[in-house]
Amino acid sequence: MSQLNESIPRPGADRTSRLPASVTRLISALLPPFTALLIAAVVGDILILSFGQSPADVFVLLIEGTWGNAYGLGQVIYKATTLTFTGLSVALALRAGLFNIGAEGQLAMGGFCAAVVGLLLPAGTPAVLAVPLCLAGAAIGGASVASVPGVLKARFGASEVIVTIMVNFITLALLNWLIATKLNVAESLHTPEIHAGAVPRLSSVVDAFAGSAANFVLVVALAAAAYAAWYLFRTRAGYDLRAVGLQPEAAEYGGVKVGRVWLRAMLLAGAMAGLGGTNYVLGYKQYYEEGFAAGAGFLGIAVALVGRNHPFGVVIAALLFATLSQGGLAVNAVVPKQMVDVLTAVVIIAVATSVPEVQRLLKSVRGGGK
Amino acid sequence: MTEPVALRAIGVSKRFGEVRANRDATLTVKRGEIHALVGENGAGKSTLMRILAGMYPPDGGRVEVNGKDVTGWSTREAIAAGVGMVHQHFMLVPTLTVAENLVLGQELTKGLQLDRAAAESAVRDLCERTGLKVDPSRLVSDLSVGEAQRVEILKVLYRGAKILILDEPTAVLSPPEITELWRVLRRLTSEGGTVVLITHKLDEVMEASSSITVMRAGATVGEVLTAETTPAGIAKMMVGRDVRLATVVLEDEKTGRREDEITGIPAPGLGAGSASPSLSPAALSVSRLVVSSSRKPNEVDDISFDVKSGEILGIAGVEGNGQTELIEAIAGLRKAASGSITIGGKDVGELSVRERAELGLSHIPEDRHRRGLVLDYSIGDNLILGLQHRFSSGAGVLQGEQVQSNAQGQIREFDIRPPSATLPARSLSGGNQQKIVIAREMRGREYSVLLASQPTRGVDVGAIEFIHEQLRAARASGKGVLLVSADLIEVLSLADRVAVMYEGKIVATLSRAEATPELVGEYMTGATRTGEHRAGGAR
Repeated sequence: MSQLNESIPRPGADRTSRLPASVTRLISALLPPFTALLIAAVVGDILILSFGQSPADVFVLLIEGTWGNAYGLGQVIYKATTLTFTGLSVALALRAGLFNIGAEGQLAMGGFCAAVVGLLLPAGTPAVLAVPLCLAGAAIGGASVASVPGVLKARFGASEVIVTIMVNFITLALLNWLIATKLNVAESLHTPEIHAGAVPRLSSVVDAFAGSAANFVLVVALAAAAYAAWYLFRTRAGYDLRAVGLQPEAAEYGGVKVGRVWLRAMLLAGAMAGLGGTNYVLGYKQYYEEGFAAGAGFLGIAVALVGRNHPFGVVIAALLFATLSQGGLAVNAVVPKQMVDVLTAVVIIAVATSVPEVQRLLKSVRGGGK
Repeated sequence: MTEPVALRAIGVSKRFGEVRANRDATLTVKRGEIHALVGENGAGKSTLMRILAGMYPPDGGRVEVNGKDVTGWSTREAIAAGVGMVHQHFMLVPTLTVAENLVLGQELTKGLQLDRAAAESAVRDLCERTGLKVDPSRLVSDLSVGEAQRVEILKVLYRGAKILILDEPTAVLSPPEITELWRVLRRLTSEGGTVVLITHKLDEVMEASSSITVMRAGATVGEVLTAETTPAGIAKMMVGRDVRLATVVLEDEKTGRREDEITGIPAPGLGAGSASPSLSPAALSVSRLVVSSSRKPNEVDDISFDVKSGEILGIAGVEGNGQTELIEAIAGLRKAASGSITIGGKDVGELSVRERAELGLSHIPEDRHRRGLVLDYSIGDNLILGLQHRFSSGAGVLQGEQVQSNAQGQIREFDIRPPSATLPARSLSGGNQQKIVIAREMRGREYSVLLASQPTRGVDVGAIEFIHEQLRAARASGKGVLLVSADLIEVLSLADRVAVMYEGKIVATLSRAEATPELVGEYMTGATRTGEHRAGGAR
């Protein structure tokens, strides 16, 4: 890099390089998602115009129905909570170089196990005991589902993409069967209400949120994001995990047991997704219901990518997708709510093509590697 | 001198983000000459050539071909005008034949089908004309690296190139193959072709070129005729100061007399320090080692040798003769099929990478981009790769301050540039990246055995000198060093004993005095398989 030392400063030539490295990094991290949003906004405009509506009016409606009132905001927060967990799940796995498509099944199993623990506990168990037990049940449930692709990948190098997809089908079918035949309340597809472990809603503290499903599992989600960031960037295990994701052969050279890290990453990812199930089961309905969060696991992939696999980016991206999802309901009167689904898809496609992790994955799928 | 100018670059500048790859780079290449473009890694040679070949436009300056201004042209236009580039990394389709690779993009067709016979005869014709011999019907995946390189050159010639740019063409070739390459290039130039040779190997410059352009830090710093300069003179221009070159011991062909060509430093192994190596204990001992790969059951084929404390055992050989597998088996990255490996008398066959490292094994891997560094990690984080456990608390939390102070110290001691621990390793030049590896493996930990695999590959002259000093210092302090290098001069200038690997076997072990470049070169190509030096064991 002797060029840098010897270069003669030219007026106005080095503006970007004078910014601190952290700022440059932040800009390069934020640029793709913002470009994606811009593209989505343009596509949205065209769609809205094609319905004979004014884009400005519709976007105002979308904002008013989400961040514009306490109920809408509460719904956004509720949806973002689940998406934060599944986003973290996908992001953690992706940091280890694994594509976790199984967050959907892990999420369902997590919710189911939380409900089972809540049902097994005697009524009246104090919350300080019951809630942690239910959370632990959810984490273990999610991790156990993720252990299947984790072990197969670590031991035999089986593609985690295929195994997680397969395990999704198995998990969901198994749970549906259990709910339909063993654990349901008659004439319904949900379990009885749990005896203990309910988490209060935000409206119990702030009246304005009344009616919205937002609840204190939100705090668990934020803690999970903080933990994930600490784990990834401050611990030796995180150092190993990221090294495996970036360059497995260099990690191996550095004494890291790659298979073990893959398994650990999958277990952690499964636990994160599993915890996501508690948002509905402990915080909203107090029972497990078939298909309670359909799509949230898959949307977690988009959340992780838009959040650039950074835990805090995941939280922000979760809010973005939750806003779009809730906003779809808000504008339904004027344009079909599927319009927002189209926007979500545009954001995903635009971001996916610009994120290095995805480009690397595509390359490895094409068998290019190096 | 009166030949017209084939290629001219005037005041070319180019920047990539914060890096100024070229600034005021100037180059004049006359028709019919072999022109060497030399400079340290990151001096901007490849960038300048890519600008000439139309791969990217310059930010400033002018490019002329045959007197015509072609600044900012496309690769398509460059090829049409007869400028072709042979890249450092092969760009061939391994599952296609030689002929198919050559006609790719401009296939001769018979209806909708590829006219294979026509393609093959056209290629055979070209081989005949240029003297580049290779069977057009063979699959590229079956070729040796030397043959693959020939195909690369043929590919460019097939597209009608008159001006040939070769980027580090000898990196993967054995000495006889290199000689062959020079012969072909001279033939091309004698028929009116022009060759630009990018390299940083000074002996090649002296042997092959007729004139030289030297680049440093993106700019042209000198243009000389080869006949009017010396390797030391070029080296000085490259780094901008006097350099102690590797003690290149060459044999004078006429007199049979050896001389230290550039400096007066005695060849190692002949002076002090190698008094009675047989009395020192073996630091590393390999016995009847067999290593398999997915391609071959005996990638390493029944090899035995000892590396004693305080010696450098050099392994010479054309790449791909089992050196990689041998080193990886010793380091614990690859399982041995049979045989034993002991470090300090302890059998390490069943131990993990980390456990072997803890026993005193240090390893400079051959490919720093793949193994030696996590390119997206910062310099500081790379300096603890393999030492993570020493830089974390009992609870597994990384000690950020220790990582930082370790990085500061190593950056200062090894003059890693730019000196910023938070920069990603990817943004550094090859030489500085290698310094990270060297610092970590040779200073960051206690060790008794060092595996140094291609330690100076893709590294500039200044850093080569530094790395060689480090290896000599390691020997002087009693470490056992196993040096693997495809660069014969490097092996001969450092090693106390030289073992030659060919097709997974050690075909000869020579004392430093016996190891002449010619003899070792012969063993490297498998030519001499008999004689008193043939040996399975090198003890």
